[in-house]
Amino acid sequence: MSDNTTRVAVAKTYKLYIGGTFPRSESGRSYPVNDTRGRFLANAAHASRKDVRDAVVAARKAFGGWSSATAYNRGQVLYRVAEVMEGRREQFVAEVRASEGVQARRAETLVDAAIDRWVHYAGWTDKIASVLGASNPVSGPYFSFTVPEPTGVVAVLAPQRSSLLGLACVLAPVLAGGCTAVVVSSGERPLPAITLSEVLATSDVPGGVVNMLTGHAAELGPWLAAHADVNALDPTGAEPEQRAELAHAAADTVKRVLRVPDTEPDWTAASDITRLRTYLEHKTVWHPMGV
Amino acid sequence: MSLPVFDYAPAPENRDIANLKPYYRPFIGGEFVDGGGEPLKTVNPGTGEALAEVSTVSETDVDSAVKAARTAYERVWRRMPGAERGKYLFRLARLIQERARELAVLESLDNGKPIKESRDSDIPTAAAHFFYHAGWADKLDYAGFGPNPKPLGVAGQVIPWNFPLLMLAWKIAPALATGNTVVLKPAETTPLTALVFAEICQQAELPPGVVNIVPGAGDVGATLVGHPGIDKVAFTGSTEVGKLIQRQLAGRSTKLTLELGGKAANIVFDDAPLDQAVEGIVNGIFFNQGHVCCAGSRLLVQESVAEELLHKLRARVATLRMGDPLDKNTDIGAINSREQLAKIRELVAVGDAEGASRWTSPCAVPDKGFFFAPTVFSEVQSSMRIAREEIFGPVLSVLSVLTFRTPDEAVVKANNTPYGLSAGIWTEKGSRILWAANQLRAGVVWANTFNRFDPSAPFGGYQESGFGREGGRAGLEGYLDV
Repeated sequence: MSDNTTRVAVAKTYKLYIGGTFPRSESGRSYPVNDTRGRFLANAAHASRKDVRDAVVAARKAFGGWSSATAYNRGQVLYRVAEVMEGRREQFVAEVRASEGVQARRAETLVDAAIDRWVHYAGWTDKIASVLGASNPVSGPYFSFTVPEPTGVVAVLAPQRSSLLGLACVLAPVLAGGCTAVVVSSGERPLPAITLSEVLATSDVPGGVVNMLTGHAAELGPWLAAHADVNALDPTGAEPEQRAELAHAAADTVKRVLRVPDTEPDWTAASDITRLRTYLEHKTVWHPMGV
Repeated sequence: MSLPVFDYAPAPENRDIANLKPYYRPFIGGEFVDGGGEPLKTVNPGTGEALAEVSTVSETDVDSAVKAARTAYERVWRRMPGAERGKYLFRLARLIQERARELAVLESLDNGKPIKESRDSDIPTAAAHFFYHAGWADKLDYAGFGPNPKPLGVAGQVIPWNFPLLMLAWKIAPALATGNTVVLKPAETTPLTALVFAEICQQAELPPGVVNIVPGAGDVGATLVGHPGIDKVAFTGSTEVGKLIQRQLAGRSTKLTLELGGKAANIVFDDAPLDQAVEGIVNGIFFNQGHVCCAGSRLLVQESVAEELLHKLRARVATLRMGDPLDKNTDIGAINSREQLAKIRELVAVGDAEGASRWTSPCAVPDKGFFFAPTVFSEVQSSMRIAREEIFGPVLSVLSVLTFRTPDEAVVKANNTPYGLSAGIWTEKGSRILWAANQLRAGVVWANTFNRFDPSAPFGGYQESGFGREGGRAGLEGYLDV
């Protein structure tokens, strides 16, 4: 080996993240991902209907454990996501820059905000029951109380433009409430999502709690909206014209469909609890009182 | 074992108290108007005879009602301070209490439910619902949805026939308290108490257009729900129709809440107080002739007590008195309509055909009106239609073949349904109540009781039993732009 040879970098193969592992698409498909100037970045796995089904199975399987983990434990796991992201900050900044075509300073701001969003939701896990729950002063000899519980498997069509911060804003509340997720990443900007999956895989988030599919929301959205084992749908990443079709399919199993604006909001703005609330059910228990 | 059946002399409530009129009309913009729809005859299910004629609305009338509600919303209701709005709701609560006897008799005449239920449960709970929500009107800042939460606008509401006035209260009270105006469609077979409520709105001097009542059949409901002037839709009824509505509103910004069907499991553990459990099971399924979306229609019994429980249950059910809804001694009234009776008969025939073992109470069945004797199915498999579909009648499916041995097994079987409205737990052990309540995927869990409702306790379903809550702080969300 001569001295003037520069080292050839090891290029990463970006794959799907399903049930805690990183498979290629079952379909064998992939698609080229370019930066905003059209330069080739990588080939991403092009998820199929079968991948959607596998992901839902994995999410359902993970739901029991994740939903019954203590709120304190879930909070620590989400905080751990932030910790591990912080360690990969430079990588995220580079990928966000390439994916979104923003300046370095802006990319740093976006990555920092994304990390901080996980910290924010880490703190919600053991507060939300106090905020949304209640003891009900019923007329009768009962202790009646209401607690929020996770809805189940949530299908998330992640924002198309905001590849990392937007993704954190839509995914973290799903996990904070105790639901599991099947996410379709941004179609043209999927790389930060896959890197986030690698963070999740090493942050004590149990396998299957988040399943990340790269591909096209327009293609995968209808399968998720119609899937009988999906309980809720966030159509953020769908084209506004497709949302009616998705909501129509979602009605077959009375899914909760998040109300979202037509255009992507400013993800750097502080989040309210609408998303947390949408993925929670209220359970009212009547416990008898007597001697 | 057989329990003594006592003879009771008839004790009918006086039907004149209902102040029944021959003709009822829609209520739009604060006035009773003649509707452009085909008039309907509402029937007394206890006798099968027509009670009154009701003018129904046309599409144009629905449009007028939505416009009246919009005008009232823009000009009066949304601008009124919460404390003042609240005082109107307090008035409504008081007027319902004042006219409770009349409303109870009218409800039993039109619906077929026993007078003791309309008198002791439906009407007082409806009044309580208005009283509870009245107090919220000036306290919405404290409801946990941020400062100064805004109403949505005009709410289109469609309610079922099983608890006509109570369901009206569940819909109208939170809508008004949060500053919305409403157009409500009562059920085709039970429109009368809603139209008396309209009269109560006049007596309360509620500003015209804040409440509009549009009687009619399902097509009126579909017109109302699909009207572009509606900002919020609230529906209580079957899962089938709920899905149609959710599809109809797909892609629109209209806020939707659905309270749909159920197939609740009532789980009896071996340490349960059996006599008390029997009373609860009977209340769970035979209350309101089983016309209850949260009825405890699947009974899961721990194997070791199954035989004893079933024995006690049959003995108890055999003592239930079925008959004249207006008789104060009646336990089980009439099935609401001929159509519903046909539906119950059909599903019961399916139960027979699928091989479940049927037991029918030997109680006397009146020779006129729509009645169905209390029925208990045993040797039922989870896959049978009577175990999966909502029967909405006095029919209990005992999963005796699928009795359970361990608590885990009970939970798995209870959760094996696309519904998730309610569930019951019977055990003397407090820790087991809380464990099971935690495991059950249902919106309401009753322990050592069943079918309790309170305006302060949120009610609503998981999964295909719908979304959104009614009652409590959580119930306000469906009527706020949050």
